[in-house]
Amino acid sequence: MASGAGDWSAEQIDDYETLISTTDVELLKRAWRNEKASPEILPFEEALVKRAKEQIQLMEETVDDFAESGHDPLIASLYQMDLDRAQFLLRSYLRVRLQKIEKFMFHIWKMDTYRNRLSIEEEKFTERCIRDIGKHLEETVLSKLPDNYQSVLKQSIISEEDDMVPEPQLDTFIVAKCERATRPLYLDGSRQSASFDSRNDHFQMVPGDLCILRYRPFQEELMSGNISLV
Amino acid sequence: MAGQSDPHISLFSAEEVEFMAEDELIEIVPNMRMDPLNFICGDFGPFLPQIASQVPLWLAVALKKRGKCAIRPPQWMSVENLTRVLEGERESQGAFQVLPFHYVEISRLLFDHAREDIPDMYMVRSLIEDIRDVRIHKVETSLEKFSGTSAVKIPNLSAMEVNIIRPFVGRALQAFYKHDNPEKIPDVDRASSAQTRAANNEPRRQLRR
Repeated sequence: MASGAGDWSAEQIDDYETLISTTDVELLKRAWRNEKASPEILPFEEALVKRAKEQIQLMEETVDDFAESGHDPLIASLYQMDLDRAQFLLRSYLRVRLQKIEKFMFHIWKMDTYRNRLSIEEEKFTERCIRDIGKHLEETVLSKLPDNYQSVLKQSIISEEDDMVPEPQLDTFIVAKCERATRPLYLDGSRQSASFDSRNDHFQMVPGDLCILRYRPFQEELMSGNISLV
Repeated sequence: MAGQSDPHISLFSAEEVEFMAEDELIEIVPNMRMDPLNFICGDFGPFLPQIASQVPLWLAVALKKRGKCAIRPPQWMSVENLTRVLEGERESQGAFQVLPFHYVEISRLLFDHAREDIPDMYMVRSLIEDIRDVRIHKVETSLEKFSGTSAVKIPNLSAMEVNIIRPFVGRALQAFYKHDNPEKIPDVDRASSAQTRAANNEPRRQLRR
């Protein structure tokens, strides 16, 4: 992959061609990588997961048919391998999300932006998780502490904010690959182009670029698919 | 140092990196006839004896294990190309030569499963090992010059190299950022980010007395 800014149009044509020939497995793999590498929970890929589930189910039926009809065992085993790979991706994607939910459940629950990123099942899971963990902490520890220290969310009643709630660290560094050219971006997160010339800290990526980035300023680029995490 | 990646901190395990590499396409020459395969990950074939065909690496390896095909090593794995790459790596201190993102994993898989299909196998293998060593050494020396910033381009680094440096570089940059910017962060943010740190960094949590 060319990393220079030179051959632009060729890259863009490539981009288009990969877009129309991209399989759901490829998309699922990207979603999985992004989810694994990003510090916060990302919007649930509902349509993609639905399609992947359908394809997996179809393939399961096909593989079963092969087994029953005494088809060439080689071909059956190859289809089984393809099925295993797709299933692994889907399971791992869902599991990574559950791990994040378990880690940040209280935070996700109180922030609408995060809550809206969950699937219906994940929402149910979060709710149950919060109830169970809350109950557990209550019974084992909190109820035995002095009155002022019995909150699950706060260190003590004088805390103004929920200071015992883990939050995702958005200033962690991630490794990203550029999929589509990004807009010039100031690394403090601002985007005013008026003072463009007077500042030299803007940063732009072209397709194929590989970078180590601070997550926060590049959140939007990730959501819009301009970059993907590796 | 950076080379010792703890499986618990590294984001992708070696197996997962290999899994991703197995989707790269490679050319095989089948020795049997087989109908097209309509997989979830795409359609491949039909396969005819002696007619080359493009398939994902995992499929190539599976067929190879059962003696159903020969694998054609990719162009970049030729002795000439690798010699050129190795020279290039040695000459330029700053830059990395262009190699496939998964060159380490692809070559490993081919060495393990298709040794007889690679001409000058031992030569190729030692060239790739040399290239790896030179590159890792370069990565380590360039890390010494690292300074605090929010974005660093790392052109042509491979998947394995990224995975090795990720835990170390990520934390180093984060530390730089933290020390550089306490004043840039607005008050509200600062208050909450200090708390985040406390809440997120479990072993170092300070309890209010």
